Amino acid sequence: MKHVFIATLLAGSIALPAYAADYTIMAPAAPGGGWDQTARSLQTTMQQEGISKNVQVINVPGAGGTIGLAQFASQQKGNAHALIVGGYVMVGAILTNKAPVTLKDVTPIARLTGENEAIVVPASSPLKSVKDLVEALKKNPGSVSWGGGSAGGVDHITAGLIAKAAGVDPTKINYIAFSGGGEALAAILGAQVTVGISGYGEFEGQVKAGTLRLLATSGEQRIPGTDAPTLKEAGLDVAVQNWRMVAAAPGLTPEQKAAVTADVKKLATSKTWQETLKTKGWQDTYLDGDAFTTQLSKEIAATEAILKDIGLVK
Amino acid sequence: MSTFEFLLQGLLVAAQPMNLLYALIGVTLGTAVGVLPGIGPALTVALLLPVTYRLDPAGSLIMFAGIYYGGMYGGSTTSILLNTPGESSSIVTALEGNKMARAGRGGPALATAAIGSFVAGLIATFGLAFIAPVIVKLALVFGPREYFALMVLAFVTVSSAFGDSTLRGLTSLFIGLALSIIGIDQLTGQTRLAFGVPDLLDGVEVTTLAVAMFAIGETLFIAAQGNTGPDKVEAVKGSVWMNAADWARSWKPWLRGTLIGFPIGAMPAGGAEIGTFLSYATEKRLTKHPEEFGNGAIEGVAGPEAANNASAAGTLVPLLTLGLPTTATAAIMLAGFQQYGLQPGPLLFATNPQLVWGLIASLLIANFMLLVLNLPLVGLWVRLLTIPKPWLYAGILLFATLGTIGANPSVFELGMLLAFGLLGYAMRVFGYPIAPVVVGLILGPLAEQQLRRALAISQGDFTVLFTSPIAAVLLTIAALAFIVPLILRARGKGEVLSQMAAEED
Repeated sequence: MKHVFIATLLAGSIALPAYAADYTIMAPAAPGGGWDQTARSLQTTMQQEGISKNVQVINVPGAGGTIGLAQFASQQKGNAHALIVGGYVMVGAILTNKAPVTLKDVTPIARLTGENEAIVVPASSPLKSVKDLVEALKKNPGSVSWGGGSAGGVDHITAGLIAKAAGVDPTKINYIAFSGGGEALAAILGAQVTVGISGYGEFEGQVKAGTLRLLATSGEQRIPGTDAPTLKEAGLDVAVQNWRMVAAAPGLTPEQKAAVTADVKKLATSKTWQETLKTKGWQDTYLDGDAFTTQLSKEIAATEAILKDIGLVK
Repeated sequence: MSTFEFLLQGLLVAAQPMNLLYALIGVTLGTAVGVLPGIGPALTVALLLPVTYRLDPAGSLIMFAGIYYGGMYGGSTTSILLNTPGESSSIVTALEGNKMARAGRGGPALATAAIGSFVAGLIATFGLAFIAPVIVKLALVFGPREYFALMVLAFVTVSSAFGDSTLRGLTSLFIGLALSIIGIDQLTGQTRLAFGVPDLLDGVEVTTLAVAMFAIGETLFIAAQGNTGPDKVEAVKGSVWMNAADWARSWKPWLRGTLIGFPIGAMPAGGAEIGTFLSYATEKRLTKHPEEFGNGAIEGVAGPEAANNASAAGTLVPLLTLGLPTTATAAIMLAGFQQYGLQPGPLLFATNPQLVWGLIASLLIANFMLLVLNLPLVGLWVRLLTIPKPWLYAGILLFATLGTIGANPSVFELGMLLAFGLLGYAMRVFGYPIAPVVVGLILGPLAEQQLRRALAISQGDFTVLFTSPIAAVLLTIAALAFIVPLILRARGKGEVLSQMAAEED
């Protein structure tokens, strides 16, 4: 305990002379994934825009971000300079893992980015449209294998929502989980599975090269530069976005929360951040304050409902 | 321009003095960070990537390539000298390499690792340049059933390569398989054997288990022997350089390791460690010095290290041709490429030839720099081993602990490290081989998931496992590898085999 105290004191004394807050951003995932990339992009932007001189990223991988979240909530309490990255996948993981620490135990600040899901088939597939897919599903749900990311994640949820909207029992879908969109992509290209479902960014190159056919995307609007309909346009009442957010530590005063929100807003509107969004193919879905809080609790309720429908949450 | 001209042009750019300097800085940084315990290549690249942003695209690509290869090699150094593998693909290196180091042959071990990495990197980078499109087509043919067959082959060959007693080897393997079941089942999202402990949801970390079993178990074992144990580690016996016999015994494993590692690295779900296992098993079968395996056989370092590096270049095949990152390191590299305006994918070679060939040329230069930097350092590294034994092992304990905490800052992880350290100690005392536990932990989930995926896709039809030609061939090889030794033994040739296996750890 003494060491922790000394370390805090040291960290404090180093932090004092800096002209702005020194942030620590936790990426509750291993290096390389979406959250890690978000955290590291935040780091670069904050430093380049002079929002914070010294930003550190720590990776605490595990269980859809719930391990990192639990650690963050207990260790950073009241620390106004600690941030954690999270998102839709974390909402799902909290529910499926029955995690003791939830997003209620931290201070959600703002939604930052969003990525639409894409439904693709190999170029050689007999399925030409969402209509063909729905027909195949109705005939025999088991014969349509869906390749996507981890079970209970946004890909799985979207597949379940599609089945439900098409009037097919979502517990009957044959979802094949891969350890990430990348590994799933290989199985889709090799026609090992019938349909692929993942973030559009994972498939973009293949769709442009014509090796994959884009059946639909999951957002409210079409993705610019593609001619595939949204799921809603194709007649399925489904709209899903894999969003990512940033949260601060629990136990902040309203002033501290306002200061963090101001910093994040300055970041999100900066030129550096907008350029980052462009290179990474992320959509700007910035939302903060009460609007974000309301949206978040809506998302949590909706996710819980669909996870129950798929049978992942009892 | 033709492929060759592009490459030549890339090399000319990369060989400018300033760029050579960047390559050297990159390799130095990469090695320095990679040597730190618990920091594998993925984290090394993630930490150092921002350093490259301020340079022009050519310079940053070159420095980046240096960091990548440097980080890979740095991990092997700690495996060999301290028995603390920083990533799963250098576990096999620790197996023979550390034995060599403690027999006073740390110099040749480090040298064969460095030169083997260079040779493998060189060949594999040329492979990347010239046959990537072909390789990637082959890799895509591999679906769940083919991967399952490959895992079966790996199980059969690898488990027979470890341990003097089949029963003891299998016991160790099953301990590893049991540990591999812990955590969230990837296909259904349900938790298994986690007992409500959130830290167990992601299962047992391979590097934690490996470091605990190898480094902590070993330290406890040495400490328990007190002063009655074997004499202190001989730091240097003979030359620190490879002698003629070392060269003669290394060059074939380098080439075989490359041949095994490159295609497996190119497979989206292959994984670098499988190449190193298969290479180790191959070398053990082919060696003329079977008695040295388990006691520091140079082939056991040369082959797996080459396989490791070749598969690292192999992972660039799906990355550049499909935009498919198959490892954490590759995912970070993808982020890095985007920074340079490079969008990996099927159109990359057509739309961005300068940058691609620049990258490939940079890899060649970085590979060369790695050799330039590390061979002179070998003499310095082996001095680490002249540290008195109590200090050395205390240091290993410290580094193993630091590394685990560095990779995953959690008290529970530390507890697991110690618990597995005790398990490793007990297994050593009772004569059970250690390596199969780690092998089981790595291969178990891969085999299980691929089998279940194959069956889910076929909706429960078992015959799909044999009806694919590739799977059928792989399973036949596995069956032969299993049955032939049994027949040989039955014919009375068993003495040779058991003698081969008798000199085990």
